[in-house]
Amino acid sequence: MVESVVTIRSAGHSYDGRHWQFRDLDLDMKRGDILAILGPNGRGKSTLLRAMAHLLKLNSGMIDVLHTVGFVPQDFAGSFPYSVLDIVLMGRARHVPIFRNPTKTDTAIAMDALVATGMERYAEQSFNALSGGEKQLVLIARALAGENAILLLDEPASALDLKNQDNILGLMRDLASAKHLALAFTTHQPNHALAVADHVLLMLDETRTILGPVDEVMTDQNLEALYGIPVRSLKFQEGNVERIAIVPIFRDRSASAISTEKTVK
Amino acid sequence: MSENAIQSARRSAGIVLVILACILLLVAVASLGIGRFDIPIGRVVEILLDPLIPATTPISAVEQNVIFTVRLPRILLAMFAGSGLALAGAALQGVFRNPLVGPQIMGVSSGAAFGGTLAILLSLPRAGLLGTSFVFGLFALILVYGLNSLVARRNILALVLAGVVISGFFGALVSLVQYLADTEDKLPTMVFWLLGSFATANHEKIVLIGPPVLIAGGLLLALRWRINLLSVGDEDARALGVQVERLRWLILTLVACIVAAQVAVSGIIGWVGLVVPHIARMLIGPDHRVMMPASVLIGGLYLIIIDDVARTLTGTEIPLGILTALIGTPVFAILLRHSQAGGGSRG
Repeated sequence: MVESVVTIRSAGHSYDGRHWQFRDLDLDMKRGDILAILGPNGRGKSTLLRAMAHLLKLNSGMIDVLHTVGFVPQDFAGSFPYSVLDIVLMGRARHVPIFRNPTKTDTAIAMDALVATGMERYAEQSFNALSGGEKQLVLIARALAGENAILLLDEPASALDLKNQDNILGLMRDLASAKHLALAFTTHQPNHALAVADHVLLMLDETRTILGPVDEVMTDQNLEALYGIPVRSLKFQEGNVERIAIVPIFRDRSASAISTEKTVK
Repeated sequence: MSENAIQSARRSAGIVLVILACILLLVAVASLGIGRFDIPIGRVVEILLDPLIPATTPISAVEQNVIFTVRLPRILLAMFAGSGLALAGAALQGVFRNPLVGPQIMGVSSGAAFGGTLAILLSLPRAGLLGTSFVFGLFALILVYGLNSLVARRNILALVLAGVVISGFFGALVSLVQYLADTEDKLPTMVFWLLGSFATANHEKIVLIGPPVLIAGGLLLALRWRINLLSVGDEDARALGVQVERLRWLILTLVACIVAAQVAVSGIIGWVGLVVPHIARMLIGPDHRVMMPASVLIGGLYLIIIDDVARTLTGTEIPLGILTALIGTPVFAILLRHSQAGGGSRG
């Protein structure tokens, strides 16, 4: 039995005390394990992730974290054009005494983190000049430089093209297996959960949740309840491996064409 | 490749700092010779080194007096004030994630000015003036921060506007104090104090500005990497393990110490704290680890040169606050245009 590095018991959060984003939530995270958090906009995915990173206080229950947490934000708008290495070095904040600068060792660790994400070539470039996918990789490197055992990623692949989505997801898989980190990420893409997650948390309406292994939770029925539109799982052979893709059934094109025509007139 | 690239990048930043330090030293020594009683730079060096290596021609009492009693305190004062203000500005710009803030925009100077004029009105001794300047400089900063959190915490425009509001408020209080002051004696003292000058520099003033600038400045420099961390935003910094509120207040207090001490000894000297960090950023990049030391050097250099202009350009001295604004505003406009045109890769 592997020890939990994150233990959440009957956790609840509400901004106004009446509408709860989640309530009575129990959750465990283990090293080497990836948790995907799925839910519609405004359901509290990011809130939960922030509570796990101690950026928000719970209104009820507790979150016990056994190790330092690396938090990878979805977006990062720095006001000064720091170099990529300067940004990654910031991940060392917990390891550098308050009145000191990072040492050579800290710089070496930051470089290692850049190597691990394949971004070492960009070390001296301005962070602001990078593409969205590259920025995401650098922010992951920053979390790695902190030598955290837990990595929380807020929609890490949402704003990226397909190739970059694959890069980020592959890196997450590597970090969980090779570096033995505990990962949790929020996403709007059920296919991302299928691709990398071991466990999935669905945040349904009225603070109901479904938590379990990915193949048990990701059923058409659950996802339809989650998003409120029809969803189909398509099974197909890719090489010798059976793959599953989750396809949302969007409104029919002709139906929507008529409705926009009407609104135009 | 990267290891080498980083090494060379760091070395080039180091070289820029060493060059700046040499220029500062050279200008400071040359400035000792500049003035109504001209002394060539070679002779200045001879006089300075006299205690170690006796000069070939004996040093006259006039030379001794001009250099050690008149000009040295003045140049030291200009250097302390310039370095302190530039460092304070660089720290504030980092903490507020906004390259447009400076000690003056944030209302610290106005608050300190009110404290100083109040001290003159109440006939407090010079130590009292330093004290009231300090307290009101800090108080102004607290008001700006409070007002900004009240209006819109994440809005940079709201922050600058909060600074304008608090500056205006203390500006009105300064006017009120001037209105209440007697016109024969206290009002002229206030007006000349506010215009800013190093003309009355003496050893006492060096003792007043030296320790706050050296101690608070030293601590700010020690915190320069932490200012990098604060400059990426509160939530991000918190996620990285930084205790944002405590660190921010520590830095703001140190900044207020420097600005209040500077205003107390030499009045309001605007634009240095805003312009110099921009020059430093263009020269050496945005990383506060090198940008803040560069600001210290450039700030001292900048005010020594401006003070040279102030005391040599015309027969009567031009108040410093007027010159820094006259020179600072066009310089800032040019810098702003440069940084915008440069696509923002640097500063």
